[in-house]
Amino acid sequence: MMEKPLNENTEILDAPQAPKVSRFVQGFRLFNQNRMAIVGLVIFVIFFMTAVAGVVLTSGQDPVFNPALVRLQEKLLPPFSRPNLETLKAHEAPTLGIYVLGTDDLGRDVLARMLQGAWVSLTVGFVAVGIAVVVGIFMGGLAGYYGQGGVRYDQILAVLLLLSGIISFFIGWVRLGGGLFLVGILCFMLSLAAGYANKSHLVPTWLRKIAFSFDTLIMRMVDIMLCFPSFFLILTVVALLPASIYNIMIVIGLTSWMGTTRFVRAEFLSLREQDFVSAAKALGVSNFRIIFRHMMPNAIAPVLVSSTIGIATAILTEAGLSFLGFGVPPPYATWGNILSDGKRFIFDAPWLTFVPGVAILIVVLCFNLFGEGLKDALNPKLRQE
Amino acid sequence: MISFIGRSIVQKSITLFFVSVVSFLIIHLAPGEPSQVDPMNPKFTPEMVERFQKEFHLDEPLYVQYLYFYRDLFTGKIVSWKDNQSVLSKIWERFLNSLPLFIVGTLLTWTLSFPVGIRSAIHRGGIYDRSATFFSYFLISIPGFFFAYILIILVVRVLHVPVIGMETFGMGDAPWPNLFMDRIWHLLIPSVLGATGGIAVLSRYVRSQMLEVEGQDYVRTARAKGLPPDQVHYKHALRNALLPFVTMFGLILPGLIGGSVIIESIFSWPGMGRMAYEAILARDYPIILTVNFLSAVLVLVGTFISDMLYLAVDPRIRL
Repeated sequence: MMEKPLNENTEILDAPQAPKVSRFVQGFRLFNQNRMAIVGLVIFVIFFMTAVAGVVLTSGQDPVFNPALVRLQEKLLPPFSRPNLETLKAHEAPTLGIYVLGTDDLGRDVLARMLQGAWVSLTVGFVAVGIAVVVGIFMGGLAGYYGQGGVRYDQILAVLLLLSGIISFFIGWVRLGGGLFLVGILCFMLSLAAGYANKSHLVPTWLRKIAFSFDTLIMRMVDIMLCFPSFFLILTVVALLPASIYNIMIVIGLTSWMGTTRFVRAEFLSLREQDFVSAAKALGVSNFRIIFRHMMPNAIAPVLVSSTIGIATAILTEAGLSFLGFGVPPPYATWGNILSDGKRFIFDAPWLTFVPGVAILIVVLCFNLFGEGLKDALNPKLRQE
Repeated sequence: MISFIGRSIVQKSITLFFVSVVSFLIIHLAPGEPSQVDPMNPKFTPEMVERFQKEFHLDEPLYVQYLYFYRDLFTGKIVSWKDNQSVLSKIWERFLNSLPLFIVGTLLTWTLSFPVGIRSAIHRGGIYDRSATFFSYFLISIPGFFFAYILIILVVRVLHVPVIGMETFGMGDAPWPNLFMDRIWHLLIPSVLGATGGIAVLSRYVRSQMLEVEGQDYVRTARAKGLPPDQVHYKHALRNALLPFVTMFGLILPGLIGGSVIIESIFSWPGMGRMAYEAILARDYPIILTVNFLSAVLVLVGTFISDMLYLAVDPRIRL
């Protein structure tokens, strides 16, 4: 109703107007033009549904597809072969009547095992990247937004005292640890009081000087993390920790947040200087709201792209770890350990190598293509006027 | 210039110190003990465990262990817990085995990805570009171990040459051309595998660099002057597109020590990656930590070299 009188006024027509097509629609159009990205998206949806169906159909007391059922008389049957029903008990027959993807060296149905493994690949990809993105956004946001703010010597002192207290507590020096911890808390309170309650006389001046900025601190942490050879580090930690899928997710997540941190920091550094942020500040919007409501939507594009490609990398890493025999304990199937078990029969039963291998390849490829399409769709240079 | 060098050396030493602390803490705070001092291990009596702990300072507090470890590392006296041999000489021996893989792989990567990337950029959007793009995504996405088995099946079935290991066992008195060809065949597949990911990533990068330069005004000017297309592409555009790659010479350094765990264990190649893998399985802390430390040193030296190269080749950068 409001627009009609405005449109009749020719003077206002010349004034800059919001673009007719929203950014989302433009991005969607660009994405639509990229056929490979569409294929990637479709495959991803299929994979997602397969994984969800897989976890439903293969878990529980009496699963529809039993991935752990051993039929030694039916071992190493090629795909699409019929079971010998005379030697099988009624509940041992494959659900679909034939072994669609063959059986492995213990006569387990490869289709059931693949279904079970799909869920592992999916969750590892998403949880690991989720951890990496959360850590990355937090660190990058801190460095980019509060970057100029510094860490004062009294804060360093407090943190060091607290840390050494905790460490000595854990290696057995309980009394010293407790003491250090208490002193640390005291220091912390003092520095807080000096910072917020205008009681700066509580802390000597030389302690209140700024040692280094948050930005430096976080970027040096990124540098340190980048020095570790990543697969080797993941392998070390996973081998030393007890075997569990959650350890793999956490370790992959905690070793891959550096890229996101750098992206978010760079975006925040430039966004912080822009007018809409100053306007929000002038309106008295809280820092939290400025960061998450105003700046984050503008900084999220490169993060989205890199996390899509990160999911592909995480799936590959998990498969590599399973292949080397780490990770999920044996009766549970993952695509990597199906392939790893099958490698001994590579000339007699090539399907044990090719089925999981091709599945990993397709899923990783779809994430990579989707990520690339997303990159083009979100790239402002490629948008039409 | 001097101040830049000094500052980055100081900064990198601090980073290296923290890397050493963090890796030491990760290894030592992880649950579990090396098998030699595990009280559950039936092979060792309590006296042996005690002697072992004393020998390798495992009864000392962590920070003393840290000091002992890095003193031993810098004086070169550090020994493996598994067989009491010098870690540095073990690493050197394995390094020499991994070196041919690294050299052939790097040569393949750098010689193949440039022509592919440049051609893709020049014929942008054409059938060649699109198939090269798809193919490089294919190579990035294929799991290395799966690709390795495909190649093994192909080479063994079609060409009938053995490929596992560094050389065929029992060829001692064969004439030297046969020995030579045998070595080449064993070397080829692992290095091709090591290079695939690199070729795919680098050729994409070459393509995007080349496209960026081709879109610039001076290239359009050169074209508008009526210069032949080849001269525009290879003389005007390519030279500037190559700039960032000079710096990447520094970044291939860390590959020297990493080796690929997966490829080396598939091909039973006695290289660095496999040694590190075996050390992890045996909880041989000195080897794990030394490999980690050396690779961190190489990463830092590599970034330093690439900064220096950038300064040397790009006159627009002044300190």
